[in-house]
Amino acid sequence: SLSRAITTTYHIINNNTQSQHHRRPSTNKITIITMSAKQIITPALRAASIHVRSSNLSPALSKSAAAHLSTAPAGGGGGVVHTLPDLRYDYAALEPSVSAETMEIHHSKHHNTYVTNLNVAMEKLDAAVSKGDAGSIIGLQGALKFNGGGHLNHTLFWENLCPAGESAVPSGGALKDAVEARWKGGFEEMKKEVGAMSVGVQGSGWGWLGFNVKTGRIEATTCPNQDPLQATTGLVPLLGIDVWEHAYYVDYRNVRPNYVNAIWDIINWKTVEERLVAAQQQK
Amino acid sequence: KHHAKYVNTLNALVAGTSLENQSLEKIIKATHKSKPGIFNNAAQAWNHSFYWKCMTPKGGGMPNENKHSKLLCDKINASFGSYDNFRKEFAEAANTAFGSGWAWLVSDAKGNLSVRKTIGADNPMVSSGKCCIPILTCDVWEHAYYLDYANLRPSYVDTFLDKLVNWEFVAENLERAVDSGKNWS
Repeated sequence: SLSRAITTTYHIINNNTQSQHHRRPSTNKITIITMSAKQIITPALRAASIHVRSSNLSPALSKSAAAHLSTAPAGGGGGVVHTLPDLRYDYAALEPSVSAETMEIHHSKHHNTYVTNLNVAMEKLDAAVSKGDAGSIIGLQGALKFNGGGHLNHTLFWENLCPAGESAVPSGGALKDAVEARWKGGFEEMKKEVGAMSVGVQGSGWGWLGFNVKTGRIEATTCPNQDPLQATTGLVPLLGIDVWEHAYYVDYRNVRPNYVNAIWDIINWKTVEERLVAAQQQK
Repeated sequence: KHHAKYVNTLNALVAGTSLENQSLEKIIKATHKSKPGIFNNAAQAWNHSFYWKCMTPKGGGMPNENKHSKLLCDKINASFGSYDNFRKEFAEAANTAFGSGWAWLVSDAKGNLSVRKTIGADNPMVSSGKCCIPILTCDVWEHAYYLDYANLRPSYVDTFLDKLVNWEFVAENLERAVDSGKNWS
C-alpha cells in the first residue's frame, strides 16, 4: 500500500506536468498531493521529493512540491516520532529509594518535555536538511543534543532501575567477571567509584558505567548536562545514574550522596548484564 | 545548605595557600582557568551572595526613573529598545540554560547592557574583554526553584522578573560599573 501511495503521488504529479503546457499548474492539485503525501512515511516522502526535484517539472512546481513533501509528515528524521516510554513498574515501586512523587514528575514532566522538544527539533532539522540549510542545521545541534540526549539517557535510566525486591547483584556471569576484571574489590569497589564520580558531578549530569568496545573492558565515567554517553565518549552505556537535582531534590534535598547510596538498592542488574553481553558481542 | 557548603568548602580549599586572604573576586579571577575545584566554590559563593541581593519582597516589574534610577531606565531602553524587550531576552536566557546555570544582566564601563547566560558556576566577570560587569542575576540551578515550581522553570523566572527583582541594587551596580568599572563585592 506504501508503494501504491507513492505511485499515485507520482501519477498526480506527472499528470500535472503534462497539463502544464496548456495551463498554469493549479496549487489546489499540489495541496491534494500533500494531503495524500501526509499518509506516507518520511523515507518514501524523501524518495518522492527527490524524484520531484530531479524530474522535468517547472522549477516553481517542483520547489513547492518538494517543500510541501518535506514538511508534511508529522515527525522528522526518518518518519520516527519519539514517544515517552512506559515504565515497567508503578511510580511507587521504587520507594523508599525514590518516591512516587519524584518518579511521576521525573517521568511524565521532565522526560516527556525532552521527548516533545526532541520531536520539534527533529522536524526543524528535517526542513533544514531538505533545503540544504547548513546554518540552520548547525544552529539546531544544541537543542538536538540536549533533548535527544535527555530522551536517550532517561530511557536507559528507567530500564536500569527496578523495585528493590527484584534487584540482585549477580553471583556469577559476564557482568561479575567484567566488574572483577576492572575492580579488584568487585561490585563494592565499583559502586564506591561510580558513586563518588556521580556525587562529584558539578551541576547537572550523569554517572555512567560503560563498555569500551576497543579494550573490551568496562569503565566508570560521567557526562555533563544531557550529553549522551555513546555519542560523547564512544562507551556503550550499561548503567546510568541521573544526578540532575530534579532526580533527587524532593526526596533528598541537597544531599546527593544519600540519593546515590540509595539508588544502588534499585538497580536492575539483569538489564545491565544484558547490555554488556550485547556490547561484548559487537566486538 | 547549598550556599553554606560552597563557602565552607572554599575556606577549606584555600586554607594555608596564597589565596587564603584574597578577596572572593581575586580568587575567582585567579582560578577560573587553572583551579576548577576552587573556582566552582568561590564563584558559587559570590553568585549566591549577589543573587540574594538581587531580590527583594515586592520588587520586580518595570524599573521606575524616580523610584530607582534614571540612568538604569535610560540604559535599558538604549540597550534593548524597551523594558519588554529586556524582559523577553532575560527570560529566554534563563529558560534555555541547558543545565544548571545563571542568567545575567551585565554592563560594560559605558553602561551598555546585555543579557548573558552561564553554565554551572560560571560568572560573566571572567569573560574576556571588558564587557561584563554583572548587575543582575537569576539562579536557574534546579535547587533554586524545584520545591516551589518543580519542573516549571518558566513560572519561577516569571515570578522572579515580575515580583522579586531588586532594581535599587541593580541601579547601584550599574552606577559603580559606569563610575569605576568595578564589580559589586
